[in-house]
Amino acid sequence: MKTLVFLEHHGGELQKGALGVLAKAASLGEVAAVLVGGGVTGLAAEAGSYGATTVHVADDASLEPPLPQPRVDVLATVVRDGGYDTVLFANSVLAADVAAGLAARLEAGLNWDLADLVHQDGDLVGKRPALGDSVYVDVGWRSEPRIALFRAGSFDATPTGGGAPQVETVAVELEPYSQLARIVSQEHEESSGPSIEDADVIVAGGRGLGAPESFALAEELARALGGAVGATRAVVDAGWYPYAAQIGQTGKTVSPKLYVALGISGAIQHKVGMQSSNVIVAINKDPNAPIFEFSDLGVVGDVHEIVPKLTELVQQRKGA
Amino acid sequence: MKIAVCVKHVPEGSARIDPGSKRLDRSGEGALNRFDANAVEEALRLKGESDTEVVVVSMGPEQATDSLRKALAMGADRAVLVSDDAAGGSDLVATSRVLAAALEREGAELVLFGQQASDGDGAVLWAAVAERLRRPVVSQAAALTVEGGSLRVKRQTEFGYDVIEAQLPAVVAVSDAINEPRYPSLKGIMGAKKKPQEILSLGDVGVDASEAGETGSRTTVLALADPPQRGGSQKIEDDGNAAQAIVDFLAEKRLL
Repeated sequence: MKTLVFLEHHGGELQKGALGVLAKAASLGEVAAVLVGGGVTGLAAEAGSYGATTVHVADDASLEPPLPQPRVDVLATVVRDGGYDTVLFANSVLAADVAAGLAARLEAGLNWDLADLVHQDGDLVGKRPALGDSVYVDVGWRSEPRIALFRAGSFDATPTGGGAPQVETVAVELEPYSQLARIVSQEHEESSGPSIEDADVIVAGGRGLGAPESFALAEELARALGGAVGATRAVVDAGWYPYAAQIGQTGKTVSPKLYVALGISGAIQHKVGMQSSNVIVAINKDPNAPIFEFSDLGVVGDVHEIVPKLTELVQQRKGA
Repeated sequence: MKIAVCVKHVPEGSARIDPGSKRLDRSGEGALNRFDANAVEEALRLKGESDTEVVVVSMGPEQATDSLRKALAMGADRAVLVSDDAAGGSDLVATSRVLAAALEREGAELVLFGQQASDGDGAVLWAAVAERLRRPVVSQAAALTVEGGSLRVKRQTEFGYDVIEAQLPAVVAVSDAINEPRYPSLKGIMGAKKKPQEILSLGDVGVDASEAGETGSRTTVLALADPPQRGGSQKIEDDGNAAQAIVDFLAEKRLL
């Protein structure tokens, strides 16, 4: 098995999701990584500590904008020249477009939304939760290279303790049609604290908070727990909280160590975005809320009464 | 201008996977994938009162004509369905091959997709189709304008928004935040029946049967299993001490 992992980066940092996939791949065998961007060579070294023995770097100003098609050109070259049989991606808006473009370019099988990858009877098998996670599907590949997209947060980004990787420069040759799109401007929300994909703890709020001002409850608890704030689609649509925090089918998929759901009913659209969290604690007034069916601890009660007390107790404990 | 909108007919209600074929059971009632309604709406909005032609394109069983008729009732001008027994069970590479062939035949300046399929949760098809058509692609479009020979998209990502310009012809996947799809009017529903609807075979779009369906696919479904159960779930009523109970629980789980 010769595996290549796509290293997405943003704001001068390798993304935790990609590092998690890299660490997972390193546990299955030898792994190399590919890094594409402008002024990114300096980021290659970090990939070594997550298990990459080689990092292919395509560093060019033309590759700086986060657009998929120039990345397909780079990856196609690296996969062909390096003889890679497996290419892995942590899901994101960019990574999904790169993976699918690469699949068509190389006529390679792409399995998406995977939660795990295992060796089974000599074959590589992907584990894919489907239909609202009501069924787990084992998926395989009929040919090489195999391409896989993993759900955000499928693997912990734990350093494996590897040494400095060998850095190999990739010569950039772009297809004409890969150069027909350009980024004119970017508006990126400056978030304080960890982003919801990277957070170990997420405190999420739903309509049960009652009013936009009540998101302060979620923010204070998140701060006390050292986590990030998430939101349901309903409250994002209502303008109570920014889209960047939306968790669920049309937002982000997260799997933190702890997910605290405040006033969230647990509709399927939200459930698919958070049910792979390690521990789920839910507080909701409605004893019949579906969220209690997949919570580890469900509390029937009023968020406005419980959360301030909870925040205070957590602060006391952390301060002690 | 011509706009092609790619749509999918998805099972209605709770979908199931057939344990024998390990494929999604498509025998029951189906409907237009709700995310594709946003793409149809966006095409109709761009068309406005102009002479732009909006053609909806799909691949699927013959029942998919129900979904195409809905798109026609919303206001699309024409529908094309590639339906062939040999195309069943197509994965991404096979589906993108067939769809790209059908789109080549149309030669639309703009190809639109919805942001995901509600049945298989796939959100990858447009990039594969764009690669086969050798056209620029932009996904997660929360706003779209077309002017002259280019388009401008506000792309929603994990980090915020990127404004992207691309030359036509191009492929765009719209986010469901881009618009509120209209409901077909009674007049629209009546008129849909008279609009041109074509059903094509793989041969009609120039794809060999071996290049589609399971034989043309590069992935396979090996087995189905029940999801891992969440164990030890407990539920308490707040008697004034719930906050303390949560802290104790978190401490026990070593989360504090």
